[in-house]
Amino acid sequence: MALDIGFWLLAIVGVGAALAVVLLRNVFRAALSLVLCFITVAGLYITLSADFLAAVQILVYVGAISILLILGIMLTRDIQRGSPANKLRLPAILAAAVFVGTVCFAVFNTPWRISTVAPLEPTTAALAGKLFGENGYVLSVEIAAVMLLAAVLGAIVLVREK
Amino acid sequence: MSVGLEHYLALSAVLFGIGLYGALAKRNMIAILLCIEIMLNAVNIAMVAFSRYITPTALTGQVFVVFIMAVAAAEAAVGLAIIIALYRRRGTVDSTEIDSMKR
Repeated sequence: MALDIGFWLLAIVGVGAALAVVLLRNVFRAALSLVLCFITVAGLYITLSADFLAAVQILVYVGAISILLILGIMLTRDIQRGSPANKLRLPAILAAAVFVGTVCFAVFNTPWRISTVAPLEPTTAALAGKLFGENGYVLSVEIAAVMLLAAVLGAIVLVREK
Repeated sequence: MSVGLEHYLALSAVLFGIGLYGALAKRNMIAILLCIEIMLNAVNIAMVAFSRYITPTALTGQVFVVFIMAVAAAEAAVGLAIIIALYRRRGTVDSTEIDSMKR
């Protein structure tokens, strides 16, 4: 019951924050409401008993990515114009509505096989076993490390003064 | 009716739809990047919900979310670098004015 109330609170706040990101004209305020949206997503992970991912969400998204985005806004700010919509506003609304309608129709008409097993808690040790253990995802972890290195080097090369 | 898998998936679809509208309709490139982050988070919610309700002990969905977060961090860094490089050369972050490949 408490989880239900938590879900509805987080869902309403999260959708409101996401709408604010899309509708606010001031890009800086949009970035701040995006931070609120990230925090509600972390809360949703807690209601889904994914404690490690909630912590990572706070650290990576709220801590790092939002700072990066706000820094980008400060470097390229265009206060007079804000962030208006382009000519494609109505087709974009239509496309998004069609997408949401289709997915909701599919979700509510699929007979999901819900498992009754209690979820693992805490998940950190089990997740580490999955990522680094036998028959796990070690190769993917190493590829992700190389990808992050390549991304950081690419970012440095792109913004370096000639 | 208590909250179940369908509710989380519907919330994920709504968040993805909001992000999709923003990514298609915004002119400021940084606003487009913000909307892409919303879409990635919506997908993550769906992944964790599947992991919780379909395979509660296998955790495969949560492993996927870890990798999606790594890719999202790399994407934000490279995307912002491209936007800042464009802003230095052109003095604008309006995506409708960056159209030299259309001419």
